[in-house]
Amino acid sequence: MPQMNMVQAINDALRLEMKRDDRVVVLGEDVGKVGGVFRVTAGLYDEFGEDRVIDTPLSEGGIIGTAIGMALYGLLPIPEIQFGDFIFPAYDQIVSELAKFRYRSGGEYPSKLVIRTPVGGGIRGGHYHSQSPESQFIHVAGLKVVCPTNPYDAKGLLLASIRDPDPVLFFEPKRIYRAAKGEVPEGDYTVPLSKAAVVRPGKHLTVVTWGAMLYEALDAANQAAQKGIEAEVIDLRTLWPLDIDTIVESVKKTGRVVVVHEAPKTCGLGSEVVALINEKCFLHLEAPPARVCGFDTPFPYTLEMEYLPLAHRILPQLVTTAQF
Amino acid sequence: MFRAPMSEDQDELLRLYGQMQRIRRVEEECARAYAQGKIGGFLHLYIGQESVGVGAIAALRPDDYVIGTYRDHGLAMAKGMPARAVLAELFGKATGCSQGLGGSMHLFDAEHHMLGGYGIVGGHIPLAAGVAYASKYQGNGRVTLCFFGEGSVTIGSFHEALSLAALWKLPIVFICENNEYSMGTPLARSLSLEDVSQKALGYAMARDRFFARDVLEVKARIGEAVTRAREESEPTLVEVRTYRFRGHSMSDPGKYRTPEEIEAQKKLDPLQKARDALVAVLGEEKLAALDAEIEAETADAVKHAEEAPEPSPDILEPTTYVGEFAR
Repeated sequence: MPQMNMVQAINDALRLEMKRDDRVVVLGEDVGKVGGVFRVTAGLYDEFGEDRVIDTPLSEGGIIGTAIGMALYGLLPIPEIQFGDFIFPAYDQIVSELAKFRYRSGGEYPSKLVIRTPVGGGIRGGHYHSQSPESQFIHVAGLKVVCPTNPYDAKGLLLASIRDPDPVLFFEPKRIYRAAKGEVPEGDYTVPLSKAAVVRPGKHLTVVTWGAMLYEALDAANQAAQKGIEAEVIDLRTLWPLDIDTIVESVKKTGRVVVVHEAPKTCGLGSEVVALINEKCFLHLEAPPARVCGFDTPFPYTLEMEYLPLAHRILPQLVTTAQF
Repeated sequence: MFRAPMSEDQDELLRLYGQMQRIRRVEEECARAYAQGKIGGFLHLYIGQESVGVGAIAALRPDDYVIGTYRDHGLAMAKGMPARAVLAELFGKATGCSQGLGGSMHLFDAEHHMLGGYGIVGGHIPLAAGVAYASKYQGNGRVTLCFFGEGSVTIGSFHEALSLAALWKLPIVFICENNEYSMGTPLARSLSLEDVSQKALGYAMARDRFFARDVLEVKARIGEAVTRAREESEPTLVEVRTYRFRGHSMSDPGKYRTPEEIEAQKKLDPLQKARDALVAVLGEEKLAALDAEIEAETADAVKHAEEAPEPSPDILEPTTYVGEFAR
């Protein structure tokens, strides 16, 4: 089985689906001849031509708006927004039109597209190139949000996202684009949406996380194990609709939970995860649910490694929660 | 000047008059139902502007696409949506074109290629470019007509759409219905350049500009742009000068215009002009018979909308996501 990084795996999924389904088109800034600023669409322009791998001017609202229009009668567009931070000029199109199309047309127009965009910090990008805006889209009914952590999942989740009937935002953690490597099967397979993965089994507490922070959580869990604390680490994979059953099953077993995410703490997805745990298994809890998150500040440039919830910040919370 | 119908135009003028009169009567009933609380939300009437949508859509093939703003009732009816489906949607009933989920600004009809009204001003213009891209990609020869008001042309999405449509040479006609007021602010106070069609120059796009006083002229002029789109795959920006007789919406008393101004415009009503021209040729009796037919259709649509059931709350989640709801 070939070894790939995340970039190669996503590229492989795009190529596979474009060969299989001629409705699929890719569009965005520099996605064609250049192959994308992170090289995710490299080679697709030469293979599929300019009508299917469309270089656009700088025009985020135009990119997403035209993609929605393309989807109304027969195309399956996969627009790329060059950085997740640049998605906000298109926020109106995503929130006002894309998310609500099926509803407000009485089910006549599903408006199916997959928006790919790199998210998260860890590349010294500062606040215009580092944010994690997932909760700002999860709060809008009608959108699905996916965030893979490894090449196998990246390919399988992207193929599942393209074939899912609802619009999907596919958030790619740029910090691990090339750092996360692994075996990726050749050919077609999917990883189902809304199914979390228990990445590390454990009995003392549950850690719920996603994106690049998975590796920090695993690092912290391994250090906690040296203190006799066995943490069960769950990678959400699909952020919305999330797999609450897997979380609840784990929390019922451990009675303790820590949620870890890069985005600011206030109204982050961690808030909703904790609320759902409280609603569904409150009487199983042995400790207050805890969150280790980004700060409620702009994403910093110089203090990036303080802002991110890295292992050294996660570990003390694991100990505190386990010993509560 | 309004042209007297040539004999070969008579049948077409009669057909288009019928469409305009149907729209006028349905919307007058909408205004009445709104005042009675039977229609909620906001209601933006097309009264006075019917010749634009009716004339433009008459230049299309049935499989061409139409997409518009919140002022969409007339466009949907001109594209073939039955009055029953329009009124039931406005009344929020399950037999409405969008199952009563949307209301006034949400007139979708996949069968007739009516791609909806949109409530965010200018937001739909890039979508229209995308629809046109799909037509070009699929080689189906279809043209997209995108309607918007002059209030849209100060918004970024208008410019992004024109930029992309010109760059990609898309088969689309952008129709700016310039009714002189962007809500309550007159043209001269919202645009530094009152000739909207000149926006096309910056994108090397073809343009046209005229008054919508004669529905047949609208058809002919838009027809030129439709031909350019279909045969050369080139977009056009067309500014059509028009006037709405009512407020921006039903909640707008329209005090920013003088009664004299409105009365002067009503004397130019393209609907009345079309009727007068037809009466001169066909006689009052024939027109009165047609009006009576339209009256009966309108009454039937109102009755249908009043009697139709409301949608069940069970429909909310399946129209938000496919399959089981997240939680």
